[in-house]
Amino acid sequence: MTAPLSQAEIASALSRWLPPGSVLTDPEDVRPFETDGLSAYRQLPYVVALPRTEAEVQAVLRYCHEAHIPVVARGSGTGLSGGALPHKDGVLLSLSRFMRILEIDPLARVARVQPGVRNLAISEAVAPYGLYYAPDPSSQIACSIGGNVAENSGGVHCLKYGLTVHNLVKVRAVTMAGEVVELGCDALDAAGYDFMALITGSEGLLAVVTEVTVKLLPKPQTAKAILAAFDDVTRAGNAVANIIAAGIIPAGLEMMDGPATRAAEAFVHADYPLSAEAVLICESDGTPEEVADEMARMQAILQSSGAIEIRYSQDEAQRLKFWAGRKAAFPAVGRLSPDYYCIDGTIPRRSLGSVLKRIYEMGREYGLEVANVFHAGDGNLHPLILFDAAKPGEFERTEAFAGQILELCVEVGGTITGEHGVGVEKINQMCVQFTPDELSMFHAVKAAFDPEGLLNPGKAVPTLHRCAEMGRMHVHHNALSHPELPRF
Amino acid sequence: MQTPLESLIDQVRAAHAAGTPLRLQGGDSKSFWVCAQAERTLDIRPYQGVVDYEPSELVLTVRAGTPLSEVEALLEAQGQMLAFEPPHYGPHATLGGTIACGLSGPRRAAAGSARDFVLGVRLIDGLGRDLSFGGQVIKNVAGFDLSRLMAGAFGSLGVITEVSLKVLPKPPFELTLEWVLQEAAALERMNQWGGQPLPVSATSFHNGRLRARLSGAEVAVRAAQARLGGEVVADGAAWWNALREQSAACFQTDKPLWRLAVKSSAPPLGLSGAVLTEWGGALRWVATDHAASQVQKAARDAGGHALLLRGGHPAAPRFGGLDPILAQIHRRLKHAFDPKGIFNPGLPGNF
Ligand SMILES: Cc1cc2nc3c(=O)[nH]c(=O)nc-3n(C[C@H](O)[C@H](O)[C@H](O)COP(=O)(O)OP(=O)(O)OC[C@H]3O[C@@H](n4cnc5c(N)ncnc54)[C@H](O)[C@@H]3O)c2cc1C
Repeated sequence: MTAPLSQAEIASALSRWLPPGSVLTDPEDVRPFETDGLSAYRQLPYVVALPRTEAEVQAVLRYCHEAHIPVVARGSGTGLSGGALPHKDGVLLSLSRFMRILEIDPLARVARVQPGVRNLAISEAVAPYGLYYAPDPSSQIACSIGGNVAENSGGVHCLKYGLTVHNLVKVRAVTMAGEVVELGCDALDAAGYDFMALITGSEGLLAVVTEVTVKLLPKPQTAKAILAAFDDVTRAGNAVANIIAAGIIPAGLEMMDGPATRAAEAFVHADYPLSAEAVLICESDGTPEEVADEMARMQAILQSSGAIEIRYSQDEAQRLKFWAGRKAAFPAVGRLSPDYYCIDGTIPRRSLGSVLKRIYEMGREYGLEVANVFHAGDGNLHPLILFDAAKPGEFERTEAFAGQILELCVEVGGTITGEHGVGVEKINQMCVQFTPDELSMFHAVKAAFDPEGLLNPGKAVPTLHRCAEMGRMHVHHNALSHPELPRF
Repeated sequence: MQTPLESLIDQVRAAHAAGTPLRLQGGDSKSFWVCAQAERTLDIRPYQGVVDYEPSELVLTVRAGTPLSEVEALLEAQGQMLAFEPPHYGPHATLGGTIACGLSGPRRAAAGSARDFVLGVRLIDGLGRDLSFGGQVIKNVAGFDLSRLMAGAFGSLGVITEVSLKVLPKPPFELTLEWVLQEAAALERMNQWGGQPLPVSATSFHNGRLRARLSGAEVAVRAAQARLGGEVVADGAAWWNALREQSAACFQTDKPLWRLAVKSSAPPLGLSGAVLTEWGGALRWVATDHAASQVQKAARDAGGHALLLRGGHPAAPRFGGLDPILAQIHRRLKHAFDPKGIFNPGLPGNF
């Protein structure tokens, strides 16, 4: 390869295709793009491009492809695994100007939107038709649908309504070579391989999404919630299993442990029982008949599973109050400590009790507090580790603790990430979850779309070399650290 | 002694070394429809049995050679089901073949497809490597989603050896209703229902009759029945089963039988030989002598694609021309999994 191009050279080349004000290089202008929702990792982008049209995206990618410049796509930058972390020599391609809802088809129950449209904006736009877009990540007021596709995002209702991958119809995307591809179709299945499954959750490594057609669902007529308190987390876990074993798929089934409950209560005053070691929120939605039937059955099961207190939402205000604490759990925990670190493993629900016990033990070993929020219906656990980045060595200890929790998730038959993605954050744990042969298959799949490896390089799938080094670190019982990555 | 899995791996390695194509075969129930041309057959059936099933986890892991009927009986005993209602096409269908073909039945529009319920697969790739993707949990975004990619790949990317699926509780109560209607009105009504909070779990239109199956708690189904009206169909369950297997009388035809997946709200397609519409309008069966290209064009114009299920010219392409860029990615992907092209040559189609 020839000498790397300068910022000015890249910027002037891109300016040939993009309107004025769409290419940024000034440190002050590019600073807002240096990190995503995982602010522990920061990197100033070399050049930022802000295209408005698919043709402009094509032009940027074609140029970067020819000039061999890495490209990182970015939606709203709320990702929690560093997926949109810029490349130091690369172009950061922001889709934030793709803000239009292109078409709403209420009869076929689909909406065609640009990738920068916010998740919640879709549901708001289709509300007049009695429809909504089901996947509802907690970040839904901010995160983009393009980012949701890239991460296969989930929400608190996905046990019943599915993840992003279950709620998409069609995607238009541009490959690194600048070619437009249409994946999926307007029918319920498309000819050939299921590229919709492949692009969803691909963390921006396969193609840049330029248009998304989502499936819309009828808004449930009514929703009610139960708040149940337990004096023991294992008992709460069993209650969840009992509900599901009884043939109920609740619209939402969330758990918070004692520390998370107390933090949430102090923050939003949702009137949570403070003595509880675990609180469950069980939501039922549907027609009034369905909801009444399901609520009665859930209440009986919670009772017989040993709940120490059960509350039934009397009206919509109370239902929202039950949820308020859960939805604010992250910032609530954030108030207790200068920093917190959110983890995203999934475990088989039956191991919940033993996994939480191990997490509390590890926390004592590391000298760090931890609060747990759990999408109990689908086994997605979010331990929040409290730490103080200003104290020397504390972030490193936190990372090591987090890595151990993820490895514990794998050990009990789960996974290192349920919804936040691997990004740069969990790249080492990929070596624990997958064998070298499996990882090399991921690389081969990436190469089928992007043979030169220019799209979001270094994310999501570790090199075998990296894993080999990791292996040695394991043998030496060394804490996992990322010496090459910047700190707070 | 060699385990059945080791034997499968050995056979694939030998085929890879010699460059011998293999026809992957489970219960051989779908060879009337998809049949790769290869001298040697790799029989998956010896690798069967349940690996793990915990009803309260809603997750089932089974070996690919396990008969579908056995899986269903196991679930039935716990009040659960494969919600995508896969067709069997005979008593011997295996779970692996079911997933490889990616077929779903009447509940598809309401509950999701075979691929939607896949959580993980274990597979042997074209080099004979034993690989696992996805997992046994409902939420998992570690690595590319290569497990759902296997659904509908017709065994062309690897030998599926184990599958983990999400399962669902069986609805406690079901009821089938019927109305007499014209096709266009029936299509409109099916689509309107889709946008309303109704417990509709399957729909069909055939011969001037629109049918809907309601599923759920009895109170909820009764409330919906009161709202929708219509006549109760006495043998509803038998009808949906005959639809699921395409064994209903209307499918018994000498003409080539096409399956057209289209946009649900697409108007009547105007092809002669319409047999039946299901999936809220999104799946239309046609028995016709029209040229393949004409059927495929009609499907494309309606936002989808056409597949020949039975009859017709054996060499007719499985799906009409892919866009050249997509076709290239298909070839590269096939090469990534199966560099020597030993698995099910010619499937899933020509690209
Ligand atoms: C407070 C908070 C709560 C959250 N709650 C949830 C939750 O409940 N569930 C959940 O799943 N997630 C949650 N998240 C994580 C995050 O919001 C999601 O991952 C979201 O989908 C990211 O969208 P984004 O637009 O911000 O993407 P970004 O952060 O900008 O990017 C994420 C990844 O997607 C890629 N990407 C973005 N746009 C495109 C495109 N158009 N084409 C190709 N690749 C693209 C990027 O390269 C990057 O790899 C939460 C985050 C925060 C901060």
